[in-house]
Amino acid sequence: MTEIVSEASGHSKTKRRRRKTGGISHIVVFLAPAVLIYSIFSIYPLIESLRLSLFDGQSDGSSVWIGLGNYDRLLFDANWAVRFWNALWNNLILFFIHMIVQNPLGLLLAALLSLAPRFGGTYRTLIFVPTLLSVVIVGFVWELILSPLWGVAEGLMSGVGLGWLYAPWLGLESSALTAVSLISVWQYVGIPMMLIYAALLSVPDELLDAARVDGLSGWAIFWKVKLPLILPTLGIVAILTYIGNFTSAFDLIYSIQGVLGPPDYSTDIMGTLMFRTFFGQQTQIGDIYMGATVASMMFFIILIGVTIYLVGVQRRLTRYEM
Amino acid sequence: MKQMMMKTTATAALCLAAGGALAQEVTLTIESWRSEDQAIWDDTLIPAFEESHPDINLDFQPTAPTEYNAALNARLEGGTAGDLITCRSFDGSLPLYDRGQLADISDLEGLSNFPDFAKAAWSTDDGQNTFCVPMASVIHGFIYNADAFEELGLEEPGTVEEFFEVLEAIQEDGTYIPLAMGSADQWEAATMAYTNIGPTYWKGEEGRQALIDGDAAFTDEEFVAPYEQMARWTDYMGSAYQAQSYSDSQNLFTLGRAAIYPAGSWEITGFTDQAFFEMGAFPPPVAAEGDTCYISDHTDIGIGMNANTDHPEAARAFLEWVASAEFAELYTNALPGFFSLSNAEFEVDNPLAQEFISFREECESTVRVASQILSRGEPNTWNTMWVNSANVLNDSMTPEEATADLQQGLSSWYEPQQD
Repeated sequence: MTEIVSEASGHSKTKRRRRKTGGISHIVVFLAPAVLIYSIFSIYPLIESLRLSLFDGQSDGSSVWIGLGNYDRLLFDANWAVRFWNALWNNLILFFIHMIVQNPLGLLLAALLSLAPRFGGTYRTLIFVPTLLSVVIVGFVWELILSPLWGVAEGLMSGVGLGWLYAPWLGLESSALTAVSLISVWQYVGIPMMLIYAALLSVPDELLDAARVDGLSGWAIFWKVKLPLILPTLGIVAILTYIGNFTSAFDLIYSIQGVLGPPDYSTDIMGTLMFRTFFGQQTQIGDIYMGATVASMMFFIILIGVTIYLVGVQRRLTRYEM
Repeated sequence: MKQMMMKTTATAALCLAAGGALAQEVTLTIESWRSEDQAIWDDTLIPAFEESHPDINLDFQPTAPTEYNAALNARLEGGTAGDLITCRSFDGSLPLYDRGQLADISDLEGLSNFPDFAKAAWSTDDGQNTFCVPMASVIHGFIYNADAFEELGLEEPGTVEEFFEVLEAIQEDGTYIPLAMGSADQWEAATMAYTNIGPTYWKGEEGRQALIDGDAAFTDEEFVAPYEQMARWTDYMGSAYQAQSYSDSQNLFTLGRAAIYPAGSWEITGFTDQAFFEMGAFPPPVAAEGDTCYISDHTDIGIGMNANTDHPEAARAFLEWVASAEFAELYTNALPGFFSLSNAEFEVDNPLAQEFISFREECESTVRVASQILSRGEPNTWNTMWVNSANVLNDSMTPEEATADLQQGLSSWYEPQQD
């Protein structure tokens, strides 16, 4: 983030010169591929999905306009509403756990790494590697580790005298969602770590030297100099966490728990609800119209969250030019 | 977009058809959820068919069972589905026929080889039109480790009380986990527990029909009682059954660590390969000595043809062969545990499969209670049954709460249940 700011100010002169010679056709040519691909694979399906949510299917395969009928069903029909609010609530818990565990942990790791860049390289790679693994592998490995029958978790815990703490977490209603969230934290902690690490590295040495000359301790430098400077990055991390919680959390839950969010819907999130509504599940026939309605609700919820962040938080963040 | 896609597929299909006509040979693709049957199709069934039909090639293309319905729907919508389609029973396939995606094959000669109850699973509600050839049913019961039973001096239980005495004796001995069952995947709780032992209480077809007609409710005693028995099972299911998955249970049993496995007959092939001990099977125990026993003899798998196939003649020829006695014998013996529904007489080789098929003589057959009509609406009764059955095993719902919830869900959309 900060790099972009400094680059923009540094190269503004050259840019102005280029614009004169290149003309508007350059802009069009360079933007076209991204705009085209994004429109076809992202914007068009999004609009189509929003449109679908306003229709209902007939038994002969045709569809009929019903306005907001599907939304009315989803939010106010007792059988739908209980699933919807449960899924949304679980999503919020998932977000909350990521915010209090994953992001502080990412910040801590980044801070430690930036202190010791020489030894940090190996750890940085090791911590980041799970992010690159397929969720299917991560899910399978953790399922095996935590399995009460063949897993190593119970043995390892008994080894250090904590055997009594062990429980079949993934199968208990009280702990399943937390367990899945922590697996996801383990997998993705590398992303906030990398983002924050990059931000920390871009804090200019002059500022830190000046702080040291002024007599600030390392602890105080972190809180009073570094943290305010990387706050915009933490904001971006938070909003990425919020979005990822609706979009990518599904993969892990699907691979570990399946599409019904067992036990008793305790790991059912918007993604799994959307999937089984849209595509069906066993004898439940997929309903693309209700599925699109759930998907649209997800879109609105993400939109509301991002708007609140952009209007309420990001504008108030002070950006320092470094 | 859709039109464009259809055009492309149409062109592709035309090219394919032209190619096929030149070579005088057609290749039919079979859609299926039975990925574990790949070898059986490739090594046994397809060669047998191609021998008698040299101009038709078959290509067996399975999809993972959990994704099958969704993937098949998408392919049918997009016009890329295979020529032959493996059909789930009852409401699993009926909508495909209603949408004109499965062809009507009522006039297929081979269909006369099947009893009406078998055809009912792949016919319209009025029984007028049939759209899939019945392939096989699966039978529920309990498979046990016969060596362990002998070692502990136990006998096959006939009544529920005897069943619990057996479980208690295994528990006391401590060598084996009495019951290999977990609740993590939920569906075993509904399939291998509730609809396995349930028909004994609700008297099979009688109870199922009463639910469909609206004369009985899930809250009635005969539908609550199986849950009460399941709640008693949990003492014998091993320490951390809440996180025990389906494959965990299978492994526990075949490794000889558990004594009794609430089963479906589809396990026979795998268990025969993997278990190193003698196995036996018994039907769901009855309430009192001499009571009629009921088994879940679920019409599970059929095969029909894509209404938009480019080779309807070849596809029909294949379906005729599936309906033949030759296929019935080949299939049942290649896949012991999937019992052909054909009237044809044939020998079953596998001893465990013989035991299962013998249940049909002693007991009354019925299909899974929520499979026909009752799972047509939202909330889906069969899904709710998965979740609630697992909840009863996890002790997070009482049998009364589980059935009350099922009834509430069903009556919210099913008219005969609304009073």
